[in-house]
Amino acid sequence: MSDLGGVDTQLLEVESLHKSFGGITALGGVTFEVESGTLTGLIGPNGAGKSTTFNIIGGMLQADSGAIQFGGEDITGESPDYIARKGLVRTFQMSREFQNMTVIENMMIAPTSQRGESAIQSITPGLREDVSEQEEDIFEKAWEMLELFDIDHLALENAGALSGGQRKLLELARALMLEPEMLLLDEPFAGVNPTLEKKLINRIERLRDKGQTFLLVEHDMDMIMDHCEQVIVMHQGDTLLTGTPEEVQSEERVIEAYLGENVE
Amino acid sequence: MSVQDDPIANRLPDSLVGYWESDLVKIGATLAAVYLLYLIAGLLLGYGLSGQLNSLRRLTFLIVLYSIGALVVNLHWGYSGLFNIGVVGFMAVGVYTTTILTRPVAGQNPTGTLSGLGLPLPVAIVGGVLAAALVGYIAALPSLRLRDDYFAIVTLAFAEIIRIAVKASELQEFTIFGATIGTGGGRGIRTYPNPINQFFEGTGAPIVDAVSSTIDGPLVSGWTFVLTLTLVLVCVLWLIIRIVESPFGRVLKGIRDDEEATTALGKNTGSLKIRSFMIGCGILGFLGIIWQGSQGYISPGLFVPQLTFFIWIAVIIGGAGSNTGSIIGSILFVGTIYLGPGYVRRLIEKFISLSGQATNFPDALGMLAGGDVSGILLYTLDQTSALRVILTGILLIWLLKRRPDGLFGNRREMASSIDIESRVRDRQSSDATDGGRE
Amino acid sequence: MWERLPFSEYVVKAAVIVFGLTVLFDMFRQLTTGELTIALIASYLWRGLSYGLIIGLAGVGLSLTYDLLDFANFAHGDYITLSAFAGWGVAYLIAGFNQFKPGSLLFLGVGGAVYPRDVGVSVTSAPVAILFGLMVAALAGALLAIALDSAVYKSMRGAGNITLLIASVGVAFVLRYTAVYLFTQQTFGLTIDSWSYEVSLPGGTVTITSASVLLLFVSVFIMLGVHLLLTRTKLGKSMRAMAANQQLARVTGIPSEKIIRRTWLIGGALAGVAGFMIALLQGTINYQIGWTLLLLVFAGVIMGGIGSVYGAIVGGILVGLITRVSLIWIPASFTEATGFAVMILILLTRPAGIFGGDAA
Repeated sequence: MSDLGGVDTQLLEVESLHKSFGGITALGGVTFEVESGTLTGLIGPNGAGKSTTFNIIGGMLQADSGAIQFGGEDITGESPDYIARKGLVRTFQMSREFQNMTVIENMMIAPTSQRGESAIQSITPGLREDVSEQEEDIFEKAWEMLELFDIDHLALENAGALSGGQRKLLELARALMLEPEMLLLDEPFAGVNPTLEKKLINRIERLRDKGQTFLLVEHDMDMIMDHCEQVIVMHQGDTLLTGTPEEVQSEERVIEAYLGENVE
Repeated sequence: MSVQDDPIANRLPDSLVGYWESDLVKIGATLAAVYLLYLIAGLLLGYGLSGQLNSLRRLTFLIVLYSIGALVVNLHWGYSGLFNIGVVGFMAVGVYTTTILTRPVAGQNPTGTLSGLGLPLPVAIVGGVLAAALVGYIAALPSLRLRDDYFAIVTLAFAEIIRIAVKASELQEFTIFGATIGTGGGRGIRTYPNPINQFFEGTGAPIVDAVSSTIDGPLVSGWTFVLTLTLVLVCVLWLIIRIVESPFGRVLKGIRDDEEATTALGKNTGSLKIRSFMIGCGILGFLGIIWQGSQGYISPGLFVPQLTFFIWIAVIIGGAGSNTGSIIGSILFVGTIYLGPGYVRRLIEKFISLSGQATNFPDALGMLAGGDVSGILLYTLDQTSALRVILTGILLIWLLKRRPDGLFGNRREMASSIDIESRVRDRQSSDATDGGRE
Repeated sequence: MWERLPFSEYVVKAAVIVFGLTVLFDMFRQLTTGELTIALIASYLWRGLSYGLIIGLAGVGLSLTYDLLDFANFAHGDYITLSAFAGWGVAYLIAGFNQFKPGSLLFLGVGGAVYPRDVGVSVTSAPVAILFGLMVAALAGALLAIALDSAVYKSMRGAGNITLLIASVGVAFVLRYTAVYLFTQQTFGLTIDSWSYEVSLPGGTVTITSASVLLLFVSVFIMLGVHLLLTRTKLGKSMRAMAANQQLARVTGIPSEKIIRRTWLIGGALAGVAGFMIALLQGTINYQIGWTLLLLVFAGVIMGGIGSVYGAIVGGILVGLITRVSLIWIPASFTEATGFAVMILILLTRPAGIFGGDAA
């Protein structure tokens, strides 16, 4: 961990996370770093502890021990909403769009610090106009994003009526509305057709080029190896190794880990 | 586009469906239908002009008050996912606080009964509303950690604690910081004079005199009060629409849908839930003030779970999540289940001559065994308050099984202060004319 | 939701311990000054135990169905009420058999047709009537629970806990006001004075009524029976398995509808016993007796841990004791409020209760 006060390019630093459920150890000392402005992959066989790690980083679970630093700040033990507001946003493996709200509402709910989230501002005659002004901006942004993801024609549909792949797109689009510094993506392409997947990863790369950081959990090895600068490998609750795709692919331990499981 | 599954729209001829779209028309039409029903009943019962006006007055009075209650429950449950079954407790806090604040100070009390703090009524009303909101705040705190049904039990416990407190003989009359105040305990307490009644007894008396040849005097102030209450309903509706059609309301909808996901998007759901609950409870306090308080006398026995139950059925009939639904549900509930049995009884008594008298059920059964139906019929008709509740319960169970969304529960009332729907349609149609997607 | 920091839990636990010690300390202080006597404490404890046993018996059924079907049955109080009326109607019928009209007896002399002193029912003067009444109450409770499950809840099996809760509220009101329809809102006196035993203790005497003795015997008998049922019989083991994991149980071939029915049966029967006994203990009955108990029954079930039969009984006894012993410090009007306050506290600190598994 860099504490020299110099230029710190490690946006997310995870140190020695331990987590047990009952008698079962899910995480036994997970440690890794994610560099700012990268597209980093997190891979590992089923049961490696990837989702648990995401849950802990995102604040939904508390680690038994260990520390998490984001942008130099210690966020260990903070609440999920605090972490999201700090710029570290996650998506869910089982997409959690708001089923009874329209797609456009799902998008517009996302941005942080909306004036109108204060009841008083929304009610009071003069202040409500200011809220509406901001609503226009949010609407524009949401519409742009929907167009980017090709789901604008679904804007007035209830999110619950969308297909699986469309819901994944909405989940991603919605997360991006928060303009997060870093996005934790939990299998964002599951159920998405290959053409769309390619398009999406290109969009993500462009966002990465503009400075956003992505940590991606995926099972599509080709996708990870082709697009990620860094790959973190987890196995049985531990970080096996971190390296470039080439380094990881040739590492024997990784191959063994996967051969021990049924992998595609 | 999502289909509007509106049972009534499906039955209307096409020419009228367009009008039915408007919420105001929906409410107006339902109200008109119920009014007509009552006018016909009144005609059959031989009511004169005053009788009819009084009948409609009472109907409207209850409809307006139940509507306000239903709108709050809808805000709590339909929009924020907060299951509040302690509704009456907050009404009690509001009206009891206002009463204690406004009753004449010891020594200046003309009737010589319980004294209060002697504050002017408007100030006392504000105090009552704030007190209800404060209790709402305390009651909402557990919601941060509890799932819906446990929270429901907690709200019920709160309502019971409040009822126990205002019934307790120890609080009937006591002195604190030199002031003597009290709740009146089990016997209850006189509240405060209705300013509208006072007006028509004083400066407004000539108006009453002017019309007293055609209609009964008290109807003037009675109807004026009801119209004032209708104005209050409009204001409450305005307030709630502004809350609901805004980013604040949007997050509430998110919380109801999936609280964890809402938190993962960076929203402080706990704080939002508390605020929503507090606002609702403040309005409930005000409801108690204008409802039970306006009748001149309150006692713990008025704030029973039954009332919460009735308000809830109005919401469920209309469909949780729809404000229009809450109002229409109230109209239908008050018009049919609540006041209905009483009118049915009077109609039957008038047109069907029934001899025989049974003051209790076993006697009525005895008469039935002897071949005489009149006993059980009369006995049943007498039990209007029990019938009301039984009918409500059966309706509730039926609705939950067959039509859990109520009449309008699956409507889409968009949560934003701008008109999203038309903006989207504009974009979508311009995209279409641009030659479609790339 | 997600886990919270353990810090606040420690603070609360420490606060509870400090509070408990303060309370005990003050009790001793009051004993020395004479404000409080051993006799009074004993009397509170005995009354609290009796009250608590009833709450506990009622709680078993509530706890079982809450765990099995995952919904809070708000109609449980009214199962208690209606089965109590049924049991007492029969008790009156037997006791006053040839002396009064059967209809009046069955309806407890509603409207002044029959008076308690005329019928003369008590544990000692009409034991047969009491025992029969108790059994009828249990039977009525069981039948009522099963009938309502078939009519209302069966078709709503997957409906979600809030929908079921609301439905049970509907059922509760239908039942309660059916009682009003049948019996009006009158409060009925039921018993005449019966044998009681006076125990002399420092500071006074403690009255042990025959009703409370009967209650003790009946409770112990029932608790033993339930214990044997749960541990020795196939039904009991299936019930415990089902409570742990419904889908698993279904897959392994344990017929779940049958289990559900039998759970209602047991819960309903115990509700009937509780209802009959509370009426016997108080000597009165009205359309609200079950409802007034319900929140305290919830408190007991929550304190003991949902799904645990022993928890329900222990929790119930605790609630009974707390509401009575708190009379030492709190005015009589507020004793129930004490029970509710403790329940809220438990929900906030340890929603799983004493015997409960993992948190809500």
